Amino acid sequence: MTDLLEPRAIGQALVRRDGEAKVRGTATYAYETPVEDPAYCHPVQATIARGRVTAVDTTAAAALDGVLRILTPFDAERLASTEDAEYAVLQSPEIAFRGQLVGVVIAETSEVARQAADAVVVTYAEQEHDSTLAVDRDDLYAPEQVNAGHETDTAEGDVAAAMATAEVSIERTYSTAMYHNNPLEPHATTALWDADAQFLTLWDSTQGVHPDRAAVCEVFGLDQEQVRVVCPYVGGGFGSKGRPHANVMLAAMAARALPGRPVKLALTRQQMFFLAGYRTPTIQQLQLAADRRGRLQAIAIDVVEQTSRIKEFAEQTGVPTRMMYAAPNRRSTHRLAALDVPVPSWFRAPGECPGMFGPEVAMDELAEELGIDPVELRIRNEPEVDPETKKPWSSRNLVRCLREGAERFGWADRPRGRRDGDWLVGYGVASSVYPTMRQATSTATLRFEDGRYVAEIGAADLGTGAWTILPQITADALDVDVADVEVRIGDTRYPTASVAGGSSGTNTWGSALVVAARAFRDKFGGSPADGDEVSGDVDQAAKDDAHAPYAFGAQFVEARVHADTGEIRLPRLLGVFGVGRVVNPRTARSQLIGGMTMGLSMALHENSVWDPRIGQVANHDLAEYHITVNADVGEIEALWIDEHDPYVNVMGTKGIGEIGITGTAAAVVNAVHAATGVRVRDLPVTLDKLLPGLP
Amino acid sequence: MKPFAFARPGDVAEAVREVAAEPNAVFLAGGTNLVDHLRLGVARPELVVDVRTLTSREITDLDDGGLRLGAASTNSEVAADRRVWERYPVLAQALLAGATGQLRNMATTGGNPLQRTRCPYFQDVTTPCNKREPGTGCSAVGGYVRYHAILGTPGALPDPTAPETCIATHPSDMAVALAALDARVHTIGPAGVRTIPFVDLHRLPGDDPSRDTVLEHGELITAIDLPPLPEGTRSAYRKVRDRASYAFALVSVAAVVDDGDVRIALGGVAHKPWRASRAEEILRGGPLTEHAVRAAMDAELAAAQPQPGVESGNGFKIPLVARTVAATLRGLTEEQP
Ligand SMILES: Cc1cc2nc3c(=O)[nH]c(=O)nc-3n(C[C@H](O)[C@H](O)[C@H](O)COP(=O)(O)OP(=O)(O)OC[C@H]3O[C@@H](n4cnc5c(N)ncnc54)[C@H](O)[C@@H]3O)c2cc1C
Ligand code: SF4
Repeated sequence: MTDLLEPRAIGQALVRRDGEAKVRGTATYAYETPVEDPAYCHPVQATIARGRVTAVDTTAAAALDGVLRILTPFDAERLASTEDAEYAVLQSPEIAFRGQLVGVVIAETSEVARQAADAVVVTYAEQEHDSTLAVDRDDLYAPEQVNAGHETDTAEGDVAAAMATAEVSIERTYSTAMYHNNPLEPHATTALWDADAQFLTLWDSTQGVHPDRAAVCEVFGLDQEQVRVVCPYVGGGFGSKGRPHANVMLAAMAARALPGRPVKLALTRQQMFFLAGYRTPTIQQLQLAADRRGRLQAIAIDVVEQTSRIKEFAEQTGVPTRMMYAAPNRRSTHRLAALDVPVPSWFRAPGECPGMFGPEVAMDELAEELGIDPVELRIRNEPEVDPETKKPWSSRNLVRCLREGAERFGWADRPRGRRDGDWLVGYGVASSVYPTMRQATSTATLRFEDGRYVAEIGAADLGTGAWTILPQITADALDVDVADVEVRIGDTRYPTASVAGGSSGTNTWGSALVVAARAFRDKFGGSPADGDEVSGDVDQAAKDDAHAPYAFGAQFVEARVHADTGEIRLPRLLGVFGVGRVVNPRTARSQLIGGMTMGLSMALHENSVWDPRIGQVANHDLAEYHITVNADVGEIEALWIDEHDPYVNVMGTKGIGEIGITGTAAAVVNAVHAATGVRVRDLPVTLDKLLPGLP
Repeated sequence: MKPFAFARPGDVAEAVREVAAEPNAVFLAGGTNLVDHLRLGVARPELVVDVRTLTSREITDLDDGGLRLGAASTNSEVAADRRVWERYPVLAQALLAGATGQLRNMATTGGNPLQRTRCPYFQDVTTPCNKREPGTGCSAVGGYVRYHAILGTPGALPDPTAPETCIATHPSDMAVALAALDARVHTIGPAGVRTIPFVDLHRLPGDDPSRDTVLEHGELITAIDLPPLPEGTRSAYRKVRDRASYAFALVSVAAVVDDGDVRIALGGVAHKPWRASRAEEILRGGPLTEHAVRAAMDAELAAAQPQPGVESGNGFKIPLVARTVAATLRGLTEEQP
């Protein structure tokens, strides 16, 4: 247990420090980095889903005015490590998925690069490909572990027996679609090798300059001292910039072909649907057994999802079911199909986001079956300790969130199949959860400089607010005015920082900053001299292993379905969260309503439609891949309860970047069901799925 | 992407001459569709002739009580014109249901009806497409067909390898309203000027899916006329889409109703804006009861062919379009004082 920092700057809704630069357009993003005489890249992509490149004819392309170099699998430099097949760009003629990189053109302008890339003629020996995910495939396998180091399968008691004897049981299959992260800023890099090709500078759009550098060093066989990664601003990542993708290696490789000359590479929106990661579709088989009073006797989830044939990513979809509700008999499994598809990766709340869909709809179905209020059903299954680890919770306020949300939303008066003019109206609820994490490495230095406190740490601000809230934390740790603190981030010249992922950034970097601030005060007292400096490391911060740390929440949705057309509108969304202490209500609210909006988007719109005949996403641009727009979002409110958690970290923060997207889609499905009586178990909920059930 | 020559001639006649002289030349208006296609390699012209400032941008009253929309008038301007939203609400509503404010500020009266299909395979040059590259086949059949046609197709699952197969829809909202209004299109081409009934501007794929319209190469739209409507005529546009804004129609309905007469055009269901002539005929003169409308739409849709495909195909459009017509006509008749 730790005494939490006394909040002074913490808790204030300070405006973003980087806001003005962004509004004025003076904040430079990776691709815009002002460099002298840049060259431009355009990738060449495979047009088959499986097979081998037999020849690449670059004659016509190379003849174009302004083309500098063309790299192909046959002449590209050999990389130091090809262990990670996603990063082994142009190392072999084998094709593992449609859209894979098979070349790159470097030219004087981006237009010529693109023209030349179109003119490169690639011939293939095509093989039959297989890209269809299904539960009944005979080659599903259990990965060694699933993302974030979780066990693949867990089991306790006897689910089958409980299902056979329980008073009520529910057995259903749910599925979530394939999703592409689609941050506004595409994946982009400006890369520059010095004239001797010994030192590489990467201005890269990334969620972590240090992890980015580590991956590049590994692939190119470089020492850390040979690479600098710079990234002050990121136009969104949602996980897709948490690990570098092949485009970063391609940019570095292209630049090495022209040492001394900066090279720029930005993926087009269409290319992002092949090369920048995505969330696997999931198929979730749920089993719930309960007594008449709604006490769960068994809860089980069996997940089937996909990965690419060349690199495994196993989304931990079954993980939240392991800890959400009490039940003596429990099971969770994950099975993968390794397909001829692009490499899946992190997408906001990997695991929890899809994994809070099936179970939270199943709970609604169970509530209906039992005739119990779905809010009440959840409350009746509140576990006293973490059912998985048997540890006590660091704090768990799901019940408070549910009750407070129900009260504010008017849940007690919820309409049941009410019709308002042309619209059918219904309310739905679901729970949210996200684990509280802190990464093992991160260091901050703190220096007294010209009367101000300057901290440096290689952290990242994806638009989340790190530029603003890290000074708030540091100021409170130093007991000074926040205006006297500056925190510099986004450069490997600053001390090592962990990735902005797993909602762990504030918990991790903040902890390191507090360690540094306290060490600074210990060493230099209240009136330091110019140049006084210390550093602090997250591993010196108090750590608690005795509790299960999670953030919880409850989301409420009003759905309106047009009785003639089945069009779905969501005029109201309310989320109430227990996320520990909130450092900055303004940026926190953005994260929470942003997550909820993305959850809405997942519920109604987002869907990378897979065409298994050719092995690609058919709707691979933003005109056809629908993301929720303003007109789809009515009233959206995110609130949080006062929560004091002395176990998570010295700030008392739990992380807020991801919890907002969890549970939303289930709440939407439940609301649509309340409005129409139609239960949609395959996302997205679209009008064609409702039409047969409409009056 | 491929380099092209760019010309900005002094007048319409010169523009027509320049395009007519180069088999691989195109007109450019607002560019909101064409420029995307240049980038994607869907359009690969040798010559692009900018006509944006050559045709009229005016909206003028006609002697017969109708309105003339100059080809260069923007979608925003037309939608905001008082005469349009008072006399032709169906058109204003259709325009405002399309794209976004920014796009409508650029998009023109001439360009909008000539925008090309949003079929994803048409827009992806790595997949076969009879419309983009005649004779290569149709990738959409059996694929992602949520936005594809149910009417005017040779049948469900036509032969994807046949050179005449195309199940694309025309994506314009404006065009659906213009079809219901019996608008007339004025053109000037190498063979001189002519006027084409709007309903005859677009064509079904027939044996050449590469041709969306009856316009000849080098034929330029100069204006579109809206004929006068009898006193008391009511009209409305209803667009059904997955997202509340900034999405193309799954189906749409333009309806124009006056005593005893009803005109219905459907969007999102065919290679062209679809005048529901059979339904109109059945309903003409009779009361627009729910029952009558449903029966008329059943007749109209008797020949509809749902396309199977990934996810569950597009069969949902058949009940959806019938329901949407019924709802639209209900709205128009209930409004009646
Ligand atoms: C993201 C996005 C969403 C959209 N959503 C919608 C929507 O919901 N509903 C909708 O209806 N539309 C929508 N649009 C399409 C938009 O309405 C059209 O792109 C626009 O109307 C085309 O007009 P333009 O003047 O820009 O045409 P251009 O792009 O300049 O030209 C289009 C075609 O018409 C030809 N052309 C242009 N003018 C003439 C002329 N006077 N005579 C002969 N030929 C001519 C050109 O050669 C070209 O082939 C959307 C577009 C985008 C990019
Ligand atoms: S439907 Fe038409 S436009 Fe689409 S792929 Fe087939 S031929 Fe091309």
